Amino acid sequence: MPDARIIPIDVAAQGDDDEAPFEPLPGSDYERPSWDDRVAGALEFLRRRLTGDYVVDEFGFDPELQDRVLMAPLRPLYEKWFRVETRGLENVPDTGGALVVANHSGTVALDSVMTQIALLDHHPAHRHLRMLGADLVFRTPFVGEFARKSGSTLACAPDAERLMTKGELVGVWPEGFKGVGKPFSERYKLQRFGRGGFVAAALKARVPIIPTAIVGAEEIYPMLGDARVLARLLGLPYFPLTPTFPWLGPLGMVPLPSKWIIMFGEPIHTDEFPEGSEEDPMLVFNLTDQVRETIQQQLYRLLVQRRSVFF
Amino acid sequence: MGHVVLVTGVSRSLGGQMARRLTEDPRIDRVIGVDVVPPRDDIGRAEFVRADIRNPIIAKVINAADVDTVVHMGVIATPVQAGGRMSMKEINVIGTMQLLAACQKSASVQRLVVKSTTSVYGAGPRDPAMFSEDIEPKHAPATGWAKDSVEVEAYVRGFARRRPDVTVTTLRFANFIGPSVHTPMTSYFSLPAVPVVMGYDARLQFVHEDDGLRAIHEAAMADQPGIFNIAGDGILPLSQAIRLAGRAPFPLLPPLVGMAGRAMITTGLADFSPEQVRFLTYGRGVDTTRMREILGFEPEYSTREAFDSFVAARGLNSVVHPERVTAVQQTLSAVLTSGGSRA
Repeated sequence: MPDARIIPIDVAAQGDDDEAPFEPLPGSDYERPSWDDRVAGALEFLRRRLTGDYVVDEFGFDPELQDRVLMAPLRPLYEKWFRVETRGLENVPDTGGALVVANHSGTVALDSVMTQIALLDHHPAHRHLRMLGADLVFRTPFVGEFARKSGSTLACAPDAERLMTKGELVGVWPEGFKGVGKPFSERYKLQRFGRGGFVAAALKARVPIIPTAIVGAEEIYPMLGDARVLARLLGLPYFPLTPTFPWLGPLGMVPLPSKWIIMFGEPIHTDEFPEGSEEDPMLVFNLTDQVRETIQQQLYRLLVQRRSVFF
Repeated sequence: MGHVVLVTGVSRSLGGQMARRLTEDPRIDRVIGVDVVPPRDDIGRAEFVRADIRNPIIAKVINAADVDTVVHMGVIATPVQAGGRMSMKEINVIGTMQLLAACQKSASVQRLVVKSTTSVYGAGPRDPAMFSEDIEPKHAPATGWAKDSVEVEAYVRGFARRRPDVTVTTLRFANFIGPSVHTPMTSYFSLPAVPVVMGYDARLQFVHEDDGLRAIHEAAMADQPGIFNIAGDGILPLSQAIRLAGRAPFPLLPPLVGMAGRAMITTGLADFSPEQVRFLTYGRGVDTTRMREILGFEPEYSTREAFDSFVAARGLNSVVHPERVTAVQQTLSAVLTSGGSRA
């Protein structure tokens, strides 16, 4: 299950900012708090961070930091830049474990972060999506640290099962780097789905699988070429060449403002299968194929419906 | 007739406390403490035998006293304690082999409890978040105490195979912490500026010293063979632990950490062995389901509570004082919000 996920560098650059971070989320349509409350809240938050007065779960997830600091710079991207539209949020359960499986694309894996925001800010139960990442993520300084703090953990069977049996909502992008780093000409064509480890984990934890299609992420950084030599030198899985990057320098890192749709599909229930089904490789392969096919069909349907890339 | 218990490593703080604790148990008739040097601390009614477990004298001690329970706490963590890495390795590995050889020959020994460590799992980016006892290490430790512990466990497994009639319990402990224990970890957190590896935040787990000793005690009196992780609930990221201790983090680039580590070992400030550096980079968590459900052991302190008890007892908190931070926050809050309703 070598699923990949990259935290964009700007997340890492975000320190403890006290410039009125987002309030916690009791309800999505909260009233905008007064200036006083926001300052007081931010100071209280800073005090707790400085004295170590907060709780982190066993995976290293720091919900307070995630909701108030790490997500803050990404929300405008979600709301204003990509204008993400969500569909089928009712297919994601309010409580209990579930596995969101989605297509991966876009050169920089913003799709996973946007899915996280969709479920945290727009799902009625404000669910945290716990993502599974490749070991490269956890080997890389800062990236690994922030991945853990934002709720990610290593894509391995024990962690996936542990999260799901604890009733967490887990997200995987089984195409991994093959999906994010594929050339623009292959957009919306699903790559191989790993070894189906995520399906086995869902079967074992007996939680539903939610096939999810993300449209729009393919166009944010159209990857026209891959500087393989440079990638190898830097120890990266690929080094993207887009129409703007690296030619325009930092400016080339601005993603194109494509219009996104994230569609959560009908859940595939795994509790209908007899216990111990995860030990049946044929079933695991078939289910993996079924999930892959469902996502591919959803992608085609959304692409036909979409008016243009940018609106 | 009560038990006769042999405790190794009794001259160090934990071993001594263990021996004293066991003498207070009415089920135990005799406690024999063994070590290379005489104990500094009071070991209560326990009898001390100065014997080097690296040589066969240990077999005579076991036979003469009809020892039925052996508590092996003689694996040492730092070269400083042993007077060099060579002698540390010898005490740890050859000592364990001698002890096990003696146990194997003995007709009286029925139970063996080994104090091991969760550092046998190593630490690295391919680790699962929580190790259960049956997960193979992804980054097996290559040096130091952790490597010794892996070898000790291997010899203990061999012994268990050859003497299936002896109940062998291996306890893998998270880092001990608390008011009185002195470990490389406690000296690390006592540094005014705590060196950390830049860009990483290790997940740490602790076990309170009282819980640790109670776990060994209960295992020595129970009949529960197997390997068990022992740790307080929850994890503490290194950054948070540093803040709780009122210290300031001192981020170092990875190549510098190795150099700083060597400097600290030579000055005796803190143990910063390569294994320890890996641990403080990637951290480690262990699953304690088996501890609860099979061993039936419930720690009194969570990881956080154990760490808090250490901080409180050492009177740390001097660099960044929480009360002072709170005072500043309240002042700032009052100043900014009273005159600040501009928006």
